[in-house]
Amino acid sequence: MKIAVCVKQVPDTGAGITLDPNDKTVNREGEGELNSLDEYAVEEALKIAEANSGEVVAVTMGPDQAVDAVRKALQMGADSGIHLSDESLKGSCAVATSAALAKLLEGRGFDLIVFGSESTDARMSVVPAMVAERLGLPQLTYANNVEVAGSDVKIHRVTDYGYDEVSASTPAVISVVEKINEPRYPSFKGIMAAKKKPVETVTVADLGIEAPAATSTVESFEDVPPRAAGTIVTDEGDGGVKIADYLSTQKLI
Amino acid sequence: MAEILVLVEHTDGSVKKVTTELLTLARSIGEPSAVFIGSGADEAAATLAEYGAENIYVADAEELSNHPVAPAAEVLAQLVSEKSPAAVLIASTAEGKEVAGRLAVKIDSGLITDAIGVNSDLSATQSIFGGTVTVTSKVSTGTPVITVRPNSAAPEAAAGAGNRSDVSVSLSQGATNATITNRVEEKKGGRPDLAEAAIVVSGGRGVGGAEGFEVIEKLADSLGAAVGASRAATDAGWYPHQFQVGQTGKTVSPQLYIANGISGAIQHRAGMQTSKRIVVVNKDPEAPIFELADYGVVGDLFEVVPQLTEEVTKRKG
Ligand SMILES: Cc1cc2nc3c(=O)[nH]c(=O)nc-3n(C[C@H](O)[C@H](O)[C@H](O)COP(=O)(O)OP(=O)(O)OC[C@H]3O[C@@H](n4cnc5c(N)ncnc54)[C@H](O)[C@@H]3O)c2cc1C
Ligand SMILES: Nc1ncnc2c1ncn2[C@@H]1O[C@H](COP(=O)(O)O)[C@@H](O)[C@H]1O
Repeated sequence: MKIAVCVKQVPDTGAGITLDPNDKTVNREGEGELNSLDEYAVEEALKIAEANSGEVVAVTMGPDQAVDAVRKALQMGADSGIHLSDESLKGSCAVATSAALAKLLEGRGFDLIVFGSESTDARMSVVPAMVAERLGLPQLTYANNVEVAGSDVKIHRVTDYGYDEVSASTPAVISVVEKINEPRYPSFKGIMAAKKKPVETVTVADLGIEAPAATSTVESFEDVPPRAAGTIVTDEGDGGVKIADYLSTQKLI
Repeated sequence: MAEILVLVEHTDGSVKKVTTELLTLARSIGEPSAVFIGSGADEAAATLAEYGAENIYVADAEELSNHPVAPAAEVLAQLVSEKSPAAVLIASTAEGKEVAGRLAVKIDSGLITDAIGVNSDLSATQSIFGGTVTVTSKVSTGTPVITVRPNSAAPEAAAGAGNRSDVSVSLSQGATNATITNRVEEKKGGRPDLAEAAIVVSGGRGVGGAEGFEVIEKLADSLGAAVGASRAATDAGWYPHQFQVGQTGKTVSPQLYIANGISGAIQHRAGMQTSKRIVVVNKDPEAPIFELADYGVVGDLFEVVPQLTEEVTKRKG
């Protein structure tokens, strides 16, 4: 079984994400990290591969330093990587990202393509569904449980009321939510082994396409002024009454 | 006036509040038409017309509900090609965003998610990076597909013609290759929908256990509010996962958010920072959540919250 796991390098969440005032795209120069929600995707891909004597290929699209996301996946145990890197893809919107990823994944014989549920910078949660649409593959997204038996795949898709059981046959697209597993930490052995694992670098020209144009653009942006400091009181036995007073003055009750 | 398609969110024909918000918003940029998928259109029609739907397009084939996401995108894509609307508005829920994504691919158009406003030139306002930055974005290709967060507009009734027409769609193989075999309900009934609620009362690790959530639920019920939880509380199994607020849970933007025993980690803030008013109860005066508080009480939630519940009940008479 051949499994792709799509991982994204995102700006370090701790340091805060910023937009570049010139081209109004996300600043990707500084230290990045593997999108934390993609760690669950890597873990799930590895588990499925372990149970089905499969192989895992970590796939990313992003600037040069995005290869670090692939490296992290390799340290966790993925077998090889593919990195689509091209200056012309800078500032890609989700529509363009999904087009490029679909092209990159197509024709490589993957039985499963596993995604995280969301990138912590874009926060759109749309790329997996869009890749499924483009490739004409079953969409098994928002899974908090995945069962693979031969070519049958069954997931629990998280819904507002609980979950839906959804089933399909491979090849299929999966996205997983963070409740699904506990991602492993790379072991020392894993970190050493990752250095020797192959990562294929691909350009847009290699895919035989033109860089998909961005279909939406940021016209302007501004920082939201920090919330005005509120009133903080210490409970002296009347804290509940005081909140009720506040709610009354705000006409909330 | 240009036609604006609005995908209706409903439960068996009972229209969700977010749809009345989207219809209201659509009226400010064009002429809304409601797209109703599933059964219960008869029940929904009056509400949709009341909030301004000029047309109601109904797709009610059984197979539409047997597969996730893709059928709705196919219905909308067909309507976009028949009606050439100026834009498509969809509620920014997990499923709504996926429908929007597939639709954008099908009609070769740009997509904006999580809008908190749509302007007359069809640009959209979004709140990003946990509510710290506001951006205005515009779709430059095709028919803009925009998902709008619940609670972004106040619903206002203004009657529309509500002309109903049925839409028949034959689903493609790509829309039927994943099948819903069972729906499992875990929901605690009776309270407003978390994403749509005007008031949300949340509990975190400070609530101390599943029993502790009774205190939270009682306050919520006195206010007619939805109940939310931090990840610490859902991971511990104290409250079901679908009530988690935050980066990997729901994004809420209510009139009032009351955080009880929640420290205010960045991932939690990402889901509640755009609430209009925030009230905090926490025994640690250093808890970062106080930075967001319009009103905060440093104290034990088991003292403060029951007293507040009692007071609210008294004042509501
Ligand atoms: C990938 C990822 C995704 C995540 N997604 C989310 C998410 O979607 N939503 C989310 O919430 N978190 C999320 N988290 C977790 C987040 O980082 C925090 O761990 C979590 O929000 C902490 O929950 P808490 O505030 O309830 O618990 P704590 O941080 O332990 O805070 C408990 C608070 O309760 C107070 N307290 C204790 N007892 C009382 C009492 N009797 N009365 C009053 N106050 C009391 C304490 O002073 C403390 O401030 C995510 C983390 C990761 C890594
Ligand atoms: N540039 C990218 N390269 C590889 N995978 C990506 C990229 N962008 C998004 N993804 C995948 O799509 C998921 C959802 O991302 P998003 O739709 O941006 O929230 C992520 O968790 C990743 O698995």
